[in-house]
Order: sequence, then C-alpha cells, then structure tokens
Amino acid sequence: MATVDDLKFQEFDDAANLLAANPDATTISIDEPTEIPKNQHGRLQEPGREEDDELLGTDDSDKTELLAGQKKSAPFWTFEYYQTFFDVDTYQVLDRIKGAVFPVPGRNFVRLYIRSNPDLYGPFWICATLVFAIAVSGNLSNFFIHLGKPTYHYVPEFRKVSIAATTIYAYAWLVPLALWGFLMWRNSKVMNIVSYSFLEIVCVYGYSLFVYIPTAILWIIPQKVVRWVLVMFSLCLSGSVLVMTFWPAVRDDNRRIALATVGTIVLLHALLSVGCLAYFFDAPELDFPAPIIPAHNGTTLITK
Amino acid sequence: FAGLADVSISEDIPVEGEITVPVGSRSPDEDYSTLDEPVRDTIMRDLKAVGKKFVHVMYPKKSSALLRDWDLWGPLVLCVSLALMLQGGSADSKEDGGPQFAEVFVIIWFGAVVITLNSKLLGGTISFFQSLCVLGYCVLPLTVAMLVCRLVLLAGSGTVSFIVRLIVVIAMFGWSTLASTAFLADSQPPNRKALVVYPIFLFYFVISWMILTFTPQ
Repeated sequence: MATVDDLKFQEFDDAANLLAANPDATTISIDEPTEIPKNQHGRLQEPGREEDDELLGTDDSDKTELLAGQKKSAPFWTFEYYQTFFDVDTYQVLDRIKGAVFPVPGRNFVRLYIRSNPDLYGPFWICATLVFAIAVSGNLSNFFIHLGKPTYHYVPEFRKVSIAATTIYAYAWLVPLALWGFLMWRNSKVMNIVSYSFLEIVCVYGYSLFVYIPTAILWIIPQKVVRWVLVMFSLCLSGSVLVMTFWPAVRDDNRRIALATVGTIVLLHALLSVGCLAYFFDAPELDFPAPIIPAHNGTTLITK
Repeated sequence: FAGLADVSISEDIPVEGEITVPVGSRSPDEDYSTLDEPVRDTIMRDLKAVGKKFVHVMYPKKSSALLRDWDLWGPLVLCVSLALMLQGGSADSKEDGGPQFAEVFVIIWFGAVVITLNSKLLGGTISFFQSLCVLGYCVLPLTVAMLVCRLVLLAGSGTVSFIVRLIVVIAMFGWSTLASTAFLADSQPPNRKALVVYPIFLFYFVISWMILTFTPQ
C-alpha cells in the first residue's frame, strides 16, 4: 500500500537538486537524455553561480568531466565515437555562434554554451566558410580596385584558396593544440581550478573565428581606414571571447606567465587577421590618376 | 492400323518424359547472368539508367529512383566535362590562373565526400554512395551553366555578357541546391536539416564561383 508521501508529486526542484548533487545518477527522461540534465544544470547555476564558478570551479569542472566521460564511451575506431562530436541541433549551433559574436563580459563561452558537449561541426564549417569568404572577397576586392586600368587582366587567383585553407585550418587546430599542451603543463605545476579539454579549446577557437566572416566580406570596401577599423573591431570581439575563456584558466598561475599567455593568444589572433588582410587584399590605391613621368629615352612611365 | 484405335495406357506403365514449362526457361539464374546478352544491351541499360537520373535531376520530384539504384557514372562524366570546360582560361600567368583540372576534380569529389560524412555524422540515414550519387548528379545544372557561359564568352566578354553569365549561374546554382536538398533532406533528423543543407549550399557556391570567374585568355 503506497503511503501518501509516495503519491505526492515530486517537485521539479527536488529532482534538479538531486541531480546537481549527484550528477552521474541515471536519469530517465522522455526527451533526449543528454539535454535535460544539462539544461537543469544551466538553469540552476545561472543566477548566483558565476561567482561560485570562479571560486569553486573544481565542482563544476569535475561535474563536466564526469558528464563528458559518460558520453564518449564508444571506442575511438568506431563511427559512433565521432558521432558524439556532432551531437548538436541547429538551434545549439546558432546559439553558440551568437555567444561568440556578442560576448557578454564575465560570461565564459565554454561554460555557458559548450557545457561538456563540444562539437566539431561549428569549427570545421566556420573555417571552411572563412576560407572561401576570404578568397572570394579578396578576389572581388582586387577586381574592383584594378577595374579601370588598361593593363589589368582579371585572374581568378585560385592558388590563394589552398593557401587560405592551409593557414586557417592550421591556425584553428595547431594553436589550440599548443595551447592545450601548455595549459596541461602548467596544470601539472600549479593546481588550476579551471581546465579545458582539447575539443573545448578547438570549439572556442572555431566559433571565435566566426566574426571574421562578415569582416572579410566587408573588407571588399577599398578604403584603408574602413579596413583597419574592421580589423580592430573584429579583433576586439573575437579576442574578448578568447580572453574571457582563458583568463580563468591561467589566473592562478604566476602573474607574468598568465599575462604572457593571454597576450600571446591575442597576438596570434591579430596576426591572423592582419596577415589575411595583407595577403589576400591588395592595398586600395589613391583616387587621383597616376602621374605620367617622361623617361630619358622618350617613352613614358606610369607610376603607381 | 485398326489395332491402334484401342491402345490405352495402363496405370502401371511408368510415364517418362520431361515437362518443360516455357516460362521456366528464363530461370532466375539467367536473369542475373547477363554474360550472354549482346554488349549493346549492357551498355544501353546503363546509359538509360544514367539518362533517367539526369531527367530526375532536371525535374526534381520526390522519387526514390535516384536514391535506390545509385551509380557514379553520371557524376564522373559531369565532373570530367566540367573540369575540361574550366581549362584554357588565363593560362599566361601560371601562378594565378583558374583551377587546374586536378583541382576541380579534387574539389568536387572531396567536397562531396566531406558533405556525405557530415550528414552521416549528424545522424542521417542515407548511405554513403547514395549521397555521393545525388550530390554528383546535381552538378548537372552547373555543367549546363558552364556550357552556356563558354558559348556566351565566344560572343564577347563585356558587361552584358557578364550580366547574362551571372544570371545563368545564379539560376543554375539555385536549381542544383534545391534539387539536391529535395533528395537529401528527408533522410536527416528534423532539427538538424539546416546543419546539413548549409554545406551543400557552400559546395555548390564554390563550384558556381569557379564557373562565374572563368575568363578565357
């Protein structure tokens, strides 16, 4: 005979609190199994959690690592293992992009959006889009800049696509690898409260590159001032996403090493955008027609 | 011969012989073994299958013929002809010319493989080669656009010809994307459709860009 207590409706909060206390308890839900625990985590932790996150991050990182361990249980040579990296819906990808383009000060991108579900879809396709955006915009901008000149013959410059692809994919994968290795090394020396897995770092870098896609398209405008303003603006946006992500991870370390790390991250990011601007986009020329200088032997030279 | 009139077969005489049914002569064995048919029949059967799929691409209805009997002959023919037509442009500057034959080939096949892997990783139920088949066949409108562009460029390469080429390429790009989406979208989980359609859009956009920027010497 069931008691009255057993028949009482279990409040939503109770279940959520139980789950927060014991994250690897089995949960049965009608919806996708991995969605609801995380959402409950999120809604519980949003209000006052951000300060706690900084101070007692151990719990959070422990929990996220436990949750991560639950998911990727297939051996790495099966197809299902890689499917766990693409376990995102359309709205999740859009949310992550929104979080990378409009960074809110104090909100950590990884904690807020990735939440132990790093995906490879975003980084891969954002990099692919960026490669083609830079190549196509560079080609278009050069075409418009040199349009009126009689000696100009349009070429599609297809070589640059492979160069752009190599550069951007190398940046999006090798720099996270180096950063992850560096953070692991520092972790062994200084007990950091926040640590990221390699895929989370790849995710942050991939999504932070999204801002460069509209920037590359706007770089078609052949004005130097406009281009450099765009460089600064996009660097601020995507750099701030990276800084806010990695500052908690190196904050407890030696002050100079922490600043050097964050400084290197921003510097590499700036180098990428300035390098792309310099290589793929010719310098816009001045508007007045080029002066004609008569040379010694009577032929005229047109100077740039 | 009067004695033969009352000949009757008694029951204890075994009746022997072969009962052959005319239909049985085409046993299942012979259906699978096409070795004996003339070569013309073999080739025509494959050609008809390829042709039927081309028609399906040009008038995309939700039929499963394209998906069920996949073949890669059509995509190969389209890819080779597109890569051949993209040659012969701006060859004086070897560094910054258009895509080489191998580059077009690699982009189309590698791009199709990556998109197929992407849709399978996102949980799609279509098989690998079926998806390659659909993506390859849907390059047909863009190959037609390339042909039209080359013909227009023979007439001249001014602004008018550029606008004509732009309109043709945009129309064919839209047609390709819609055709392949019509075939592939059903096999995806419903809340990830956009994630699967976007790479297809990017793939055909890159091919359209290669076609549009083709400039002859």
